[in-house]
Amino acid sequence: MKPKVAFFDFAGCEGDQLQVANLEEELLTLLGQVEVVSFREVMKEHSNNYDIAFIEGSCTRLQDEDRLKQIRKNAKIVVAIGSCATIGGINCIRNYKDLDEVRKTVYGENAKLFDTYAARPVDAVIPVDAYVHGCPIDRDEFLQVVKSLLLGKKPDIPSYPVCVECKKNENVCAFERGQYCVGTVTRAGCNSCCVNEGTICWGCRGLVDNPNENSHKEVLIKYGLTVDDAIGKFRLYFGWQEGKK
Amino acid sequence: MKNPTIDVEVNHVTRVEGHGNIYVNVKKGVIERCEWNISEAPRFFEAMVVGRQWNELHHITSRICGICSIGHTLASLRATESAMGITVSDQDLKLRKLALHAENMQSHILHLGFLVLPDLMGVGSVIPLTSSNPEEVKTVLHLHRNANEMSNLICGRTTHPQRLMPGGFSKIPSIKELTELRKKLKDSIPELQAVADLFKSLAHKFPDFARETEFIALTKPDEYALYDGELASSDTGTAPVNEYLSFANEYIVPTSTAKRAKHARESYMVGALARLNINYDRLSPLAKKIAKMFGLKPVCHNPFMNNVAQLAEVVHSVEDSIRLINELETTGLQPQPDYNKPEVKVKAGRGVGAVEVPRGILFHDYTYNEKGVCTKANCIIPTNQNHGNIELDMKALVPKMLDKTEKEIELSLEMLVRAYDPCISCSTHYIKVHFV
Repeated sequence: MKPKVAFFDFAGCEGDQLQVANLEEELLTLLGQVEVVSFREVMKEHSNNYDIAFIEGSCTRLQDEDRLKQIRKNAKIVVAIGSCATIGGINCIRNYKDLDEVRKTVYGENAKLFDTYAARPVDAVIPVDAYVHGCPIDRDEFLQVVKSLLLGKKPDIPSYPVCVECKKNENVCAFERGQYCVGTVTRAGCNSCCVNEGTICWGCRGLVDNPNENSHKEVLIKYGLTVDDAIGKFRLYFGWQEGKK
Repeated sequence: MKNPTIDVEVNHVTRVEGHGNIYVNVKKGVIERCEWNISEAPRFFEAMVVGRQWNELHHITSRICGICSIGHTLASLRATESAMGITVSDQDLKLRKLALHAENMQSHILHLGFLVLPDLMGVGSVIPLTSSNPEEVKTVLHLHRNANEMSNLICGRTTHPQRLMPGGFSKIPSIKELTELRKKLKDSIPELQAVADLFKSLAHKFPDFARETEFIALTKPDEYALYDGELASSDTGTAPVNEYLSFANEYIVPTSTAKRAKHARESYMVGALARLNINYDRLSPLAKKIAKMFGLKPVCHNPFMNNVAQLAEVVHSVEDSIRLINELETTGLQPQPDYNKPEVKVKAGRGVGAVEVPRGILFHDYTYNEKGVCTKANCIIPTNQNHGNIELDMKALVPKMLDKTEKEIELSLEMLVRAYDPCISCSTHYIKVHFV
């Protein structure tokens, strides 16, 4: 019997589910291997009987925790997809702010109507079995993770920084170009795609396991950058990992 | 049926982007409740960008929406550029217009092929169609892939583009790549004609319904406005973009995390139908022919025809992209360095960016201090501008359907919501969760 899969979304842009739709013809091949039983963005049918749950988006409200717990109960395997789900992502920028002020900024005097708490990744609420990092997720990496799971293997996620891939791609280092880049401490697996396109690494895949702080400090000193320069960029995606709740 | 009692409750309408709910209660033939509510978790982008640098805002606000991330990036860049007086070259302008066309095509094809077509074919999703109508599905997938490849070529990536930046691009495609793209675009025209024929054979399934309303879109004298233009209302005429707050008057309803907006009437509509109603004569020739196939001409007040307007716009985007590439080929591409970073003189100021994105007119409005740090931001999202109009359409449609079954009413209302192609995570200012 084909494994049953379901997709769920919380606070996020649904760009990761779009990346799944963007598999185009490969999506048809994938559909030959699994049975999609719930995917609100593309189908009307829904079932609570599934083996693998893919979750996009951050948890940003107490009321969303119950829904996450229910998904955990139903699924054998829970996979977080995209930065908002895997590390809290860009949603955590607001964790540095006074949340009452944040609500007032957007909703004015009606702020009280809109519940919120510090944005957090899925694994801050329920145990997660596998991760597809990135903002957005990379289609090929998503397929690799799905293949591993279908074969009963643990997906292989790089534990080295983006710098390694970037050097292999022979990019001119962003620091050499006078820009600040967080590729030195960000988990690889994206093939340094943003630097390849002429920009910087923004850190969307989150901090690598055991980031080399000393080496990062050396980079800052070498290029005459301050800790403040670093903190600004770290706070784009690393808020939750930095411990900001 | 006389004096029927009807209860329709759709928690989390499917095949739309984000979480919205429909509630209809009719007791003894009297409508007691008819609501369109949004339950998406709010994300507070306007507060998140305060304190961030001018060269980060487009990266952050792109994350408002995966589907229209190119549109958000462009609206964001245009706001920043307007605030600081940053100019963009004619070449970059053309490339940005190509980026916007790519996104409009991608989003409209996804909507029509994956989200609307299943209703017309009487199935719950595109998945059963992969076995019952494999050729049609393949055509849709192929058109969708073409549009995505075009985004990749211009922007680096389809979702959350990398190359777009204040003042221009970090990297641009080559003429060779653009002319290869042009060939693909030309080759896609027969496929689009086939999709149009398919929709034409099913168009009778769209409810015959019209309700007069106001339409708002950008307009320009010499082109079908998407990237820039003046504000235009079908009720009140044109106004400069800087006066957008007098057009999009946002307000809050307690039952929705999404804000709503009104202008000359209780509600207005934005999106492909609004654009077509206001700018019809500037559509490309083949796009007009497609509209004509369905009898669509201005002013059309049937919201279900938004689907057809999207189809016409896809064709327009193909034809206009071919024209833009021809022009770029004639002038030749000015080379730019690798890892290009346009020179920008940071200064304090306020700027508004208005761009037509797949679902309608989008506004970003930023204020920066002299260090280029954002001190205030406002984003008005197309779907928010449509919520009020969707609910009023429901209130007009339900009384005409009281002799129908709950199931039929439910389907028509879902089709109505889908016709607007709502993008709910975008309009994140939407509640109630029962789906799991």
